[in-house]
Amino acid sequence: MYEKNGEKYFVVDSHMHYWNAAPDNWVPGHEQYAKGWIECFHAYQGLGPPQTHWPIEHFQKYSEDDLMKDVFTDGHVDVAIFQPTYLKEWYKEGFNTTERNATMGERHPGKFVYNTRWDPRDGDEGLAMLRANAERYGSKGVKLYTAEWNNGSRGWKLTDPGAYRYLEACQQLGIRNVHVHKGPTIWPLDKDAFDVSDVDHVATDFPDLNFIVEHVGLPRIEDFCFMATQEPNVYAGLAVVIGGLMHARPRFFAKVMGELLFWVGEDKMTFGSDYAIWEPKWQVEGLVDWEMPAGEEFADYPKLGTEGKKKILGLNAAKLYGIDVPAEYQLREAGTPGAHEVLAGQPEEHAVSGE
Amino acid sequence: MLAPGVTPGLQVRATLSAAVLAALESVRDPELDEPVTSLGFVTSATVSAAGEATVRLRLPTYFCAPNFAFLMAADAHDATAAVPGVRSVQVVLEDHFAAAAINGGVAAGEGFASTFEGEAAGELHQLRAGFLRKAVLAGTDQVCRPLLAAGARSGRLRELTLGQVPRSPALDRLRRRRAELGLPAGDDAPLLIDPQTGAAVRPEAVPLHLRKARVTRVGMEANAGICRGMLRHRYGTQGQGESTAVAEEDM
Repeated sequence: MYEKNGEKYFVVDSHMHYWNAAPDNWVPGHEQYAKGWIECFHAYQGLGPPQTHWPIEHFQKYSEDDLMKDVFTDGHVDVAIFQPTYLKEWYKEGFNTTERNATMGERHPGKFVYNTRWDPRDGDEGLAMLRANAERYGSKGVKLYTAEWNNGSRGWKLTDPGAYRYLEACQQLGIRNVHVHKGPTIWPLDKDAFDVSDVDHVATDFPDLNFIVEHVGLPRIEDFCFMATQEPNVYAGLAVVIGGLMHARPRFFAKVMGELLFWVGEDKMTFGSDYAIWEPKWQVEGLVDWEMPAGEEFADYPKLGTEGKKKILGLNAAKLYGIDVPAEYQLREAGTPGAHEVLAGQPEEHAVSGE
Repeated sequence: MLAPGVTPGLQVRATLSAAVLAALESVRDPELDEPVTSLGFVTSATVSAAGEATVRLRLPTYFCAPNFAFLMAADAHDATAAVPGVRSVQVVLEDHFAAAAINGGVAAGEGFASTFEGEAAGELHQLRAGFLRKAVLAGTDQVCRPLLAAGARSGRLRELTLGQVPRSPALDRLRRRRAELGLPAGDDAPLLIDPQTGAAVRPEAVPLHLRKARVTRVGMEANAGICRGMLRHRYGTQGQGESTAVAEEDM
């Protein structure tokens, strides 16, 4: 929890990791990729405040104690949601698998939520694994990478028939939250892997599932925003938005937040630190202090008040995951709705009625 | 002919290197719609006494998208080769996971698909055109916002032609992007067009069109901001022709 000026914030970090990217985990022959990957992540950390930068050795492999201190003791987080990333072609035991996350998390009851993953190209075997993970770890969410290369297959779409089987399985297993990575990626080489049109389709076909678009489709926030306006069960995952822009590019941060508040609305935005890329402490404190700047460029963006910050920092994700929030952290009044509530059901051309 | 005794070789080479750097200003990151020079992506551009040009390129991360990296390297090759006095060109993309393939493919004049045989199915024209359309939309915001700030009503913008808008670098740029796509770009063309079809935007669609233009521009500029920050973290040195003015604007 975080308290400032008498206001109490319940913090859910809805996108974080516990990885091992040290040389002991590199796959022989693929060392350059394993090294390049973690160095790329490390460069993202460079966008945060200088005093939060880590040496690369520490960044490659941090301990359980480091994580508990950075995220909970210092970072104000009440509940953290592990999002796994496998990358087993480069990292022997995976980068951060459901199992690695849970093995660590089980020593700290009540602190973590264990999301798992699936890939429709894994077929029946993958379905069995999904069921096993859901049962063993109680997963209520999954993290999906649609652009991932797999045995010569150049990525996949949520609309593929194989993916529908998995989405149906999610419904049966009580996995309600589908986090889709639509952000910086590598493969497939010749396509734009940020395309969000598949999310649009499945959000309509699976109204009981929630689709959280991680990194809000950056660098294509416009495509994400248009789509999210049409779909009530599509959310904006703010990992990278806050970490990558709030300190390094404050004016762009304000504009991106302004666009998201306009198109998606504060009820559908969720905080994620992307730890260990960035520590949550400065992000939580910075967002609570943040205000839309003055000036003509920002004048017609919605404002974000205390209630909205409470929703984004924790209450929205708590609702998605059924996390109990003590009464003292609950809202006193409703916030400002986003464009999709105001414009729901109107044809696109008439959706915005004037400047 | 230069007068004897003024070390012509050095002077000519310096001039040629400057000409290559100037030519590289026409090479853009298709995703960010900014020149590779001002982004800081050019490590060096040199020309030997024999007219052999070497252009070294660097990117913000080891894993930057290979499709865009290929386009920039190939465009840099073509732009350099077109400089009078340059006899041969070598483009070297540095510190990138696909550097060997890209450098080899560009040197051999191969397309993207054959450079990455089995890993890529098609050429990148469509991808490039898609981003050019986004650049048109973002450019529309750049041209329209000052007009709106000066009191123009959004409905009025729809009635304007390109020739009626006061000249500005942003307008010139918008026209060039539209022309590249084969969209109407002359004085009598409407200011507001659908970047897909080129048709004039209908009156009732104007407010949403402008909102889309703005969010497209915000996304592109925010992305460029992230790329600049990561490049600075990775190298800590200025690129050739890097524009610090743009980078500082948002600090």
